[in-house]
Amino acid sequence: MNQKAIYRNFWLIIGITFIGVILNLPKRPNFSLKIGNFDFSKRMDLHFGLDLAGGASLIFDIDTTQTKKEDLTNALESLKSNIERRVNLFGVSEATVQLSTSDGQNRLTVELPGVEDVDQAVALIGKTAQLNFKGETELASEATASATIYDVFKEDTGINGSHLVRSQVVVNPNTGQPEVGLEFNNEGAKLFEAATKKFLNKRLAIFLDDVLVSAPVVNEVIIDGKAVISGDFDNKTAKTLSAQLNAGALPLPIKLIRQDQVGATLGQDSIQKGMVAGLVGLVLVCLFMIGNYGYLGFIADIGLVIYGLITLTLYRLIPVTLTFPGLVGFLLSVGMAVDSNILIFERMREEIRKGKSWNVAMELGFGRAWDSIKDANICTIITGLILFNPFNWSFLNTSGMVRGFAVTLLLGIFIGIFTGVFVTRNLLRVLGRKK
Amino acid sequence: MKFRPLFLLISSILIGLSLYSIFTWGFQLSIDFAGGTVWEIRTSLNKDEIIDILKQNNISPNSISQAYVLKFGHIDNATHQQLIADFKKLDKDFTELRFETLGPVLGKELLRKTIYAIILSSTALLIFIASRFNDWTFGLGAILANFHDTFILLGAFSWLGHFYGAELDSLFVTALLTTLSASVHDTVVTFNRIRELKRQNLKIDWLALTDQALRETIVRSLNNSMTIVFMLTALVILGGETTRWFATALLIGCVSGTYSSFGVALPLILFFKRFQKHGSLV
Repeated sequence: MNQKAIYRNFWLIIGITFIGVILNLPKRPNFSLKIGNFDFSKRMDLHFGLDLAGGASLIFDIDTTQTKKEDLTNALESLKSNIERRVNLFGVSEATVQLSTSDGQNRLTVELPGVEDVDQAVALIGKTAQLNFKGETELASEATASATIYDVFKEDTGINGSHLVRSQVVVNPNTGQPEVGLEFNNEGAKLFEAATKKFLNKRLAIFLDDVLVSAPVVNEVIIDGKAVISGDFDNKTAKTLSAQLNAGALPLPIKLIRQDQVGATLGQDSIQKGMVAGLVGLVLVCLFMIGNYGYLGFIADIGLVIYGLITLTLYRLIPVTLTFPGLVGFLLSVGMAVDSNILIFERMREEIRKGKSWNVAMELGFGRAWDSIKDANICTIITGLILFNPFNWSFLNTSGMVRGFAVTLLLGIFIGIFTGVFVTRNLLRVLGRKK
Repeated sequence: MKFRPLFLLISSILIGLSLYSIFTWGFQLSIDFAGGTVWEIRTSLNKDEIIDILKQNNISPNSISQAYVLKFGHIDNATHQQLIADFKKLDKDFTELRFETLGPVLGKELLRKTIYAIILSSTALLIFIASRFNDWTFGLGAILANFHDTFILLGAFSWLGHFYGAELDSLFVTALLTTLSASVHDTVVTFNRIRELKRQNLKIDWLALTDQALRETIVRSLNNSMTIVFMLTALVILGGETTRWFATALLIGCVSGTYSSFGVALPLILFFKRFQKHGSLV
């Protein structure tokens, strides 16, 4: 390789390192870079998973037995968006709602990071509430006194939660009063039109799990499936009613089968201990390399630091959500990153023993060790991919913990090969002994 | 391979101990496999008071360990809320650190998925190594060395489970699969050397070949593992409770994997080669 290319590579490495240092400073300089819809400055923060940031993860079984096959995809999607809306009502930032299947069983995973008191959200999400609309019956005046609400609102309109597309709080432009808007699907709109005709100027009651939520008077016949409940609402009560209505509008029944909850203090503790352990391990690895390979080991250590910087930068950019197993995967990959260096340096020693000059031995060492490095790492990549399960095969694990580990392990292998081979080789070419 | 009898002895003892441990003590299954609830709480109440509250809610705890990690059967959210309310009545400063509950269905699923993952990765590695080195004995040797490590890791955790309460959970599964790949990593380096030596020699004497490959690669195999051992030991000693056993499993798998790359894979290849040559196992 000619000198020009070597120096180009050298400056490339310096450049990458510089960017890595800047982006990983404890206090990053404030800059904002927006390309299209991507706000890079926002994406630069490290993301921590539930086990580190605290929060809750909920897994639900979805009951699809009562849904026709052709409707299933739609029903699942609307279930997902429904749950997302409910979660958002509780102001959880960065919550994720995911659908998955496992051996034909449909599942829903909800992750609420950074939230400790999730009980209310759990209750609302997990609720398999049934929403019903019932019309008012004219009662003989003598019966009124003893009548319960169930006697008054007896006439089922046939409208239930599966017909409601969404409910949201709207503000009446004339009065400035908050109102609760309803939106039905096609079938619901027809039923609702019939119901509003039948119960015009009477009350139409909304029941959630047989509890009366509201009983507004029908003012007009509604044909487009869009209705507004007006009444004595303030912002909070309107929001609650709308949330309850959305809660009742689940197209498929769900059942909570797993709940994990981690307090933030436990996560903080884990991060701190993991950092200390990582630093101690790193120092040991560095000392081991210098003790064993002297100057070569020192260059490998520089490569290792660059490895760490590139890895952390990619965690920020992709972004990789760091879980505790993920941190272990990262630390493990630090131990593995110097593997290629050890293979190369041992090879160099062999060539020097055979009487080759240092520079020749170095180039031969890198060249000949490459076969072993490649084959050995392909094996790790195979296992890493099976753990990561990129195609979401339902017969393999889909757990976030395992995947978090696999992601950091896989990234570590690729970056480790880059720093172990490309970076240290070029550093040695420039800084190495020229005998 | 003058060390072959020694390797055979070491591996037999380790596998024998593992089998003994697995059949005598079995495994401590975590709720990932068995279903149930793990509840970590901070409270000033004492153990008896805690048991009382649990009893009021018809829960009989399987275990209550220090600083209060409670383990009991699967409960629903309503019971969970009721428990919190009951605790708060008696202890205002009650805080919940971790709450995990899951039904038994997921456990069976995890077991099945683990077995699939092991079969899938073993097959993939077998095919890759056999085709890369153009020799089925290499693939088979590497995979059997892998199973050797799997056995030892399972045996070690059966023992650790009985005496120190280590549990098999989904992270253990991850460690098991990572061990598979780490073990193959070192094996492949040794195999590469055999292939290289084979190219230089016209007359192939497998005994001499494996001997030389072992001599020439053992230092780098040990050095490779040392760096990983440093990292994992630091994690086992200094890392948090949550991943201590995870790091321990990785550590055991890593050490066993390094040993098996020369102590199991190479003798097996010799054995297969002799079988190929003489057509019999003697």
